[in-house]
Amino acid sequence: MTPLLSVHDLRVGFGRKPQANEVVRGVSFDLADGETLAIVGESGSGKSVTALSINRLIDFGGGRITGGAMTLKRADGSLFDLMGATEPQLTGIRGAEIGMIFQEPMTSLNPVLTIGSQIEESFRLHRGLTGRQATAAAKDALDRVRIPDAARRLKYTPNQLSGGMLQRVMIAIALACNPRLLIADEPTTALDVTVQAQIMALLAELKRETGMSMIFITHDIGLVAGIADKVMVMQNGQAVEQGELNQILDRPRHPYTQHLLQDVPHFANGSAARVDGQRDKGEHMKPALKVNGLVVRFPLKSNFFSRASGAVHAVDGVDFDLMPGETLAIVGESGSGKSTTAKAVLGLVRSTRGSFSVGIRKASAAQSAKPVQMVFQNPYASLNPRLTIESILAEPVIATSGRVDAGTRARMASLLERVGLPANSLQRYPHEFSGGQRQRLCIARALMLNPSVVVLDEAVSALDVSVQAKVLELLVDLQREFGLAYLFISHDMAVVERIAHRIAVIYAGQIVEIGDAASVLSMPKHSYTKKLIAAVPTIDRRREHFEIDTRQVPSLVRPQGFEPAPARWEQFGGDHKARVEG
Amino acid sequence: MRILRAIFGHGSGRIGGVIVGVYLLIAILGLVGLTPHNPITQFRIDRLHAPNGAYWMGTDLFGRDVASRLMAGIGQSFTVAFFSVAFAALAGTVLGLAAAWLGRRWDGVVMRIMDVLLAFPAILLALLIVTVAGPGTWTSVVAIGIVYTPIFTRVVRGPALSLKAREFVDAARTFGSSSFYIVTRHLLLNLVAPLTVQVTLALAWALLTEAGLSFLGLGTQPPAASLGLMLSDSRNLMETAPWLMIFPGLTIMISILGFNLLGDALRDILDPRMRRAPA
Repeated sequence: MTPLLSVHDLRVGFGRKPQANEVVRGVSFDLADGETLAIVGESGSGKSVTALSINRLIDFGGGRITGGAMTLKRADGSLFDLMGATEPQLTGIRGAEIGMIFQEPMTSLNPVLTIGSQIEESFRLHRGLTGRQATAAAKDALDRVRIPDAARRLKYTPNQLSGGMLQRVMIAIALACNPRLLIADEPTTALDVTVQAQIMALLAELKRETGMSMIFITHDIGLVAGIADKVMVMQNGQAVEQGELNQILDRPRHPYTQHLLQDVPHFANGSAARVDGQRDKGEHMKPALKVNGLVVRFPLKSNFFSRASGAVHAVDGVDFDLMPGETLAIVGESGSGKSTTAKAVLGLVRSTRGSFSVGIRKASAAQSAKPVQMVFQNPYASLNPRLTIESILAEPVIATSGRVDAGTRARMASLLERVGLPANSLQRYPHEFSGGQRQRLCIARALMLNPSVVVLDEAVSALDVSVQAKVLELLVDLQREFGLAYLFISHDMAVVERIAHRIAVIYAGQIVEIGDAASVLSMPKHSYTKKLIAAVPTIDRRREHFEIDTRQVPSLVRPQGFEPAPARWEQFGGDHKARVEG
Repeated sequence: MRILRAIFGHGSGRIGGVIVGVYLLIAILGLVGLTPHNPITQFRIDRLHAPNGAYWMGTDLFGRDVASRLMAGIGQSFTVAFFSVAFAALAGTVLGLAAAWLGRRWDGVVMRIMDVLLAFPAILLALLIVTVAGPGTWTSVVAIGIVYTPIFTRVVRGPALSLKAREFVDAARTFGSSSFYIVTRHLLLNLVAPLTVQVTLALAWALLTEAGLSFLGLGTQPPAASLGLMLSDSRNLMETAPWLMIFPGLTIMISILGFNLLGDALRDILDPRMRRAPA
């Protein structure tokens, strides 16, 4: 039987000399009807370029297919040559036979048109439906992706829907013409972990219902377990290993696949939590950072003249303390207030109420000035591209004491060496470094002032998975060496498990559960923590069915003067406690 | 050095760079007085000579050498253009950075004033300022400078606003860096590229505006030479002595072409998106 899609020795290049700058170098695979192929690889491996070459969208991105053959079996059984096709022929194939969904649902939809009209467009173009018929078809499409209250949602514009809902809309559009092949390019990477679980479950269900084939692209090998039949692992433009799902996950042959499966942080329900540096119960140490009743509210004003009608309660009464040498991870989904908490601790946003006290280890001028430092999420945005590394590292010193002397230079050199960067880095510019190296630079910069607390705001989220592991190792080493306290903000449970001593789960601006890492991850007590942990993809959960939960995160907008009810806590041994649900 | 090499590696940059370089040389010669003849001395006997061996571009109604007057005029026009663009760039950058950094009310006030200035056609606004202040070289400098300030303010404010929201600015705040340090090191340093392009293009407009003001008798005053003034003098003699009009006209046209070509080349070279990846 001929496969639905057959790709043989595909080569794609970029730039003026595509033959010389190939990013996909000889990829071959077959995809049968109803089968799902997962393409796994890190950034720059050529996985997205491979996918975009299949429907020839790569032609618009500056790429050129330099060699190989691709044939698609059409609905009537005839073979269609994707390589030799003209642009008008391809327009008929895209959408109708090959649907595609992208990573960023927020930017894939036109913000000024209602989602209804954007879904209808697909029906108009490929099926010739108009007016009522098209609207009815659009409503069915939304029902199919389990969007509640579909008829009313058709009139919404994209800004009125959450990221997860928008990705459902994108799926609805892609499936409008019943394509027999769906290409999903990192469809859940921009989404929260619980939403990711919902979208994965939806894709699996839709696949069963329609019998379509799917190519699923991801950097997270943990995700493929739930959906793929076959896996192809890519590195540097080549498929280093491909085969059946179970074979790849259980008996990987290529060293890179083994590396992806073993060295990269995978979630292990608390069994991989750190055992070093636990709190001593008897000793009364002074906390490095103590936060008491932190409240951050942003007043809502409809215009300049009117009074505030309400407020966004971004952080609503958060308390925790952080001991020297300890990592407290704050986990939660986007909009939960975890980043705002970090920014309030650093004074980047003004807190409405609450107090911090920062324990100072040694009395020196620089330390008392800025004992809390921060490492940001995006290493590409947090270093000024026009300054040399020397100026970048000198900045904290200039800001606090105003002088760069021999001592400063010695500290720069030793910190660079400590974070594993070459000594000649000082005269170079940020663009000469990779993402992982830049994040090491950010860490070195944060340590220039010898802080006692470092806030790490999603500090490894923007890095490739194998780089993540190395940066986490570095962070743990530095913590032991300098006795640093980390406030580690993250949405990624697998990463948190590797670095945290204690975990605080934050939901709608409030901590709902806090305790030592192993206990919280292995025995979650609050329903939200349970939901969060259940949604983490792991390679052990193959073809698991998720319950589709369409509950939205509650609005944080409260009327003027609203105060939350005081929290009641339930203790579960040690310092593990969870908020009593009302 | 790297930027010069890049300019000469760029098609239109090479042409623009050569034109601007030649003009700069002529301007310097004209300013220090190294001209074939004295541009102001009148040789009554040689009135309205067509171009010949002694007078390469002919002579005017008073027997003054057109080539020498052109050289002096280029020197004069370039001086006005450079100083006025320097004024506009400085004022515009300071205002743009202030508007972006201070935000809120300051932003509103500064940008609305700039909108008002932009609403006037350039030459009309310059005319208004010169009429009020009286004609002369330095009033032209100030007038042209004020006219082009809003463009620099806008060019600076937009990117400055987006830079202000970047994480490296947040990072600088966590170290406690001063506002002055952040604005100069983190904002201004990243604005050098767009400012360079804008300065080059503004020089072309400023030359044209200066010529316009002089043409109307409000810029450089006779007997000193300037490109606009020479064009203005040639009006009545267009038919008998066309060289009086053709040479200054061509001079203005080619200089503006040169600055525009150079500006376009700089835009390409300094734009990181256009930069070719090192092979």
